[in-house]
Amino acid sequence: MTLSITVNGKRHQVDASPETPLLYVLRDDLGLNGAKYGCGLGQCGACTVQLDGKAIFSCITPVSAVGDRPVRTVEGLGTVDRMSPLQQAFRDEQAAQCGYCIAGMIMRAQALLDADPRPDEAKIRAHMQTNLCRCGTHMRILRAIRRVAGLPSDGAAA
Amino acid sequence: MVTLRRTARSKWWWVTALLLLGLAGALIALALSWRPAIAPIAPPSPGSFAPAQVVRGAMLVKLGDCAVCHTRDGGRPLAGGRPLATPFGTLYSDNLTPDPETGIGTWSAAAFRRAMKAGVSRSGAHLYPALPYEHFTHVRDADLDAIYAFLMTRRPVREAAPANRLIFPLGFRPLLAGWKLLFLHPGETPVDPSRSAEWNRGAYLVEGLGHCGGCHTPRNLAGGEIRSQAYAGGIAEGWRAPALNAANPAARKWTKEALVTYLRTGISPDHSAAAGPMGPVVDSLSQVPEAEVRAIAAYIVSKMGGSPSAPVAPLPDHADAAARRFPEGAVLFGGACAGCHGPGAPMMGQGRPLLSLATVLRDSDPTSAAQAVLQGIAPPVAGRGPKMPGFADALTDQQIAAVLGYLRARYTDRPDWKKLPATVAKARKEGAQP
Repeated sequence: MTLSITVNGKRHQVDASPETPLLYVLRDDLGLNGAKYGCGLGQCGACTVQLDGKAIFSCITPVSAVGDRPVRTVEGLGTVDRMSPLQQAFRDEQAAQCGYCIAGMIMRAQALLDADPRPDEAKIRAHMQTNLCRCGTHMRILRAIRRVAGLPSDGAAA
Repeated sequence: MVTLRRTARSKWWWVTALLLLGLAGALIALALSWRPAIAPIAPPSPGSFAPAQVVRGAMLVKLGDCAVCHTRDGGRPLAGGRPLATPFGTLYSDNLTPDPETGIGTWSAAAFRRAMKAGVSRSGAHLYPALPYEHFTHVRDADLDAIYAFLMTRRPVREAAPANRLIFPLGFRPLLAGWKLLFLHPGETPVDPSRSAEWNRGAYLVEGLGHCGGCHTPRNLAGGEIRSQAYAGGIAEGWRAPALNAANPAARKWTKEALVTYLRTGISPDHSAAAGPMGPVVDSLSQVPEAEVRAIAAYIVSKMGGSPSAPVAPLPDHADAAARRFPEGAVLFGGACAGCHGPGAPMMGQGRPLLSLATVLRDSDPTSAAQAVLQGIAPPVAGRGPKMPGFADALTDQQIAAVLGYLRARYTDRPDWKKLPATVAKARKEGAQP
């Protein structure tokens, strides 16, 4: 069936069965390959995108559940030449090792920063808890988020 | 004229007399509610307690789940400050570490016993029944002394709890004396000589320190447990605590063995996973000697009654009929749930229970089913065990209601839940941190 969804401010008509995970539509139909397929079970966070400003697992969100709510992916934040402050911070801290989790990490962290531009260390850690990095760069990821949140780089404020 | 004046005068006399009587009554009530302070002591040195008593106290503190309420998010264990949402406002738990200023450092053992059994602070102030003293009143003094020994040997933490935020006039603590008159029934848990020692140990733990009825028994408008409906199911932090009596909705009768497994691991193959406020209970019970959990299970299973050897009904799975009646729920289930809960899903290969076994889907009250979908399930025991992501940000109330309607129709033979969207909206509101 034909469904209409808004991604990064642009309206799209997609032909998909209604239970198709949003992730598949983003990657296969719209060519937005930032969000990744990790576990497919909402346990790793590699597929994280924003729905109506909240971080969600797109691998377990059926496309028909999106409705009129806006979707935002990492492609909607910035480009290689014009990075968003958070993307720039991830680059400056060299937060990516293999990079597979990073789009999800950025979109989850951005959802927090949009709701609370000055979160404390405990709030950042609790919020990021659902997203995993198998390379173990969590400490660099946290440093990048602290950079944008205006916290000391070592998280000493906690 | 004369008669009129006399009538007026006698009316005034009556009013004055009534006022005086009311005032006297209030004074007597206030006097009756008064409790003396117990003299402060110099904080006892940790070495003054027998190590065996401290170890025993540690175990009893786990059985009583003390740290669950008396630790705030990110705070030091037992240092209090956790907000507790009640229908009467928000209370903050007290600091149970032996800090003399902000904790219980100057409390004698007698003061601690009085707080636990009569709900009175060392200062003489009445404590709110969020401290479940209607259960703790049944705990034996030797056990209370062991708990005291454990608490007084912790490292003191200087941290004062924030002030309570209660609706008027409940900030006035002498009123609690009246509450206790109605709902506090002191005395030991009776021993039933016709039952085993294990069952009686379970009764002592469940009715006393374990305070299971605090969540699993419904409360009246004054917040007191309705004793005539003990274990008929209640409310806990926005979740439904299922009935633990004959009305328990489990698809397969609980056996003692199944309940021991559930209480120690958070899941039983014939039942669903522990979720919401039951998670921390399981975490505590995973750390006490198994014999204590066996005793609890023996007692609770006897409350549920029935024979586990009775013929078992086949588990319902009306996939087609449910999809016809709840097409939107069926689609959402396919995209959001089936990856774990559908036939052949990797999780099902690990022996996780079918949704037909999920107690929350069979309960007459959909609240906990709604909460499980909204908030998900956190692994209860030190990060191990069942885990489910929450869908609060992915699905709307109306969509979750559609899924719940579908699940109920597909996996149970029970009547449809009514007013599902409103229940989901309420669950979402109450599930948010106070």
